[in-house]
Amino acid sequence: MTHVFLAATVATLILAIPYLGRVIAGPTVFDRVVALNGIGTKIAVLMVLVGLLYARADMFVDIALAFYLLNLVTTLLLAKYVKERGGL
Amino acid sequence: MNPYIGGLLSVMLVALGIALIRVRDLFATMALLSAFSGLIAVLLAVLGAVDVAFTEAVVGASISTVLLMTLLRRIDPREVVRQGPLARAAALAGVGAIGFVLLWGIDALPPFGDPQSAPTRHVAPAYIERALQDTATPNVVTAVLADYRSFDTLIETTVILTAAMACILLLGRKP
Repeated sequence: MTHVFLAATVATLILAIPYLGRVIAGPTVFDRVVALNGIGTKIAVLMVLVGLLYARADMFVDIALAFYLLNLVTTLLLAKYVKERGGL
Repeated sequence: MNPYIGGLLSVMLVALGIALIRVRDLFATMALLSAFSGLIAVLLAVLGAVDVAFTEAVVGASISTVLLMTLLRRIDPREVVRQGPLARAAALAGVGAIGFVLLWGIDALPPFGDPQSAPTRHVAPAYIERALQDTATPNVVTAVLADYRSFDTLIETTVILTAAMACILLLGRKP
């Protein structure tokens, strides 16, 4: 079962690479906001997967939940910033 | 730590660090810093430091992004100040010197997860043995932070509250 979690963790990490590329390259602000939100989703999943790898999912689920809630707040505030700037 | 996860994370972090140096847009810098902190949090979780990972995920990846964005609202994000070649060379030399000292010091660190290393033989076993019956808290780090060191944590919280109130009093006015 550990192999499944390990493969899922590595696959999720690889899935985060295109988002990172979009945050680095992304010409517009919208690209960066959406890519950042995508990376946040990947990180929340990664936390749970690392917890499952170490058979201590109960602790890591808390991190994932707190991180994801705050990630949502961050994305909303970024969207508000972009709106104030008039699109940029 | 698994070599695949650690290697992938390290490569991604190095790529993000190089991009952070190269990028010139302040909004992009903020987004990259947030992504960097999130990946550092995953790395800390992989290393087993759950509480540090929690702090890094909450403070580094989320709160500081919000704070930086509050700053960006008041300045022009496309403002770029290029340093002169002398200042850049001095910065490179300083960073290189600090990096050399840090890499030099790695040699003195105990191996990862070594139960016979000096920090794990001093008072740590006593806390690990007694924490559950002393405090009835299953997590040892939480037991030390919120029970053995509770006054320290309380005063720390008071300091942060005072600092936040001072910042709001000084900077909270509408410009």
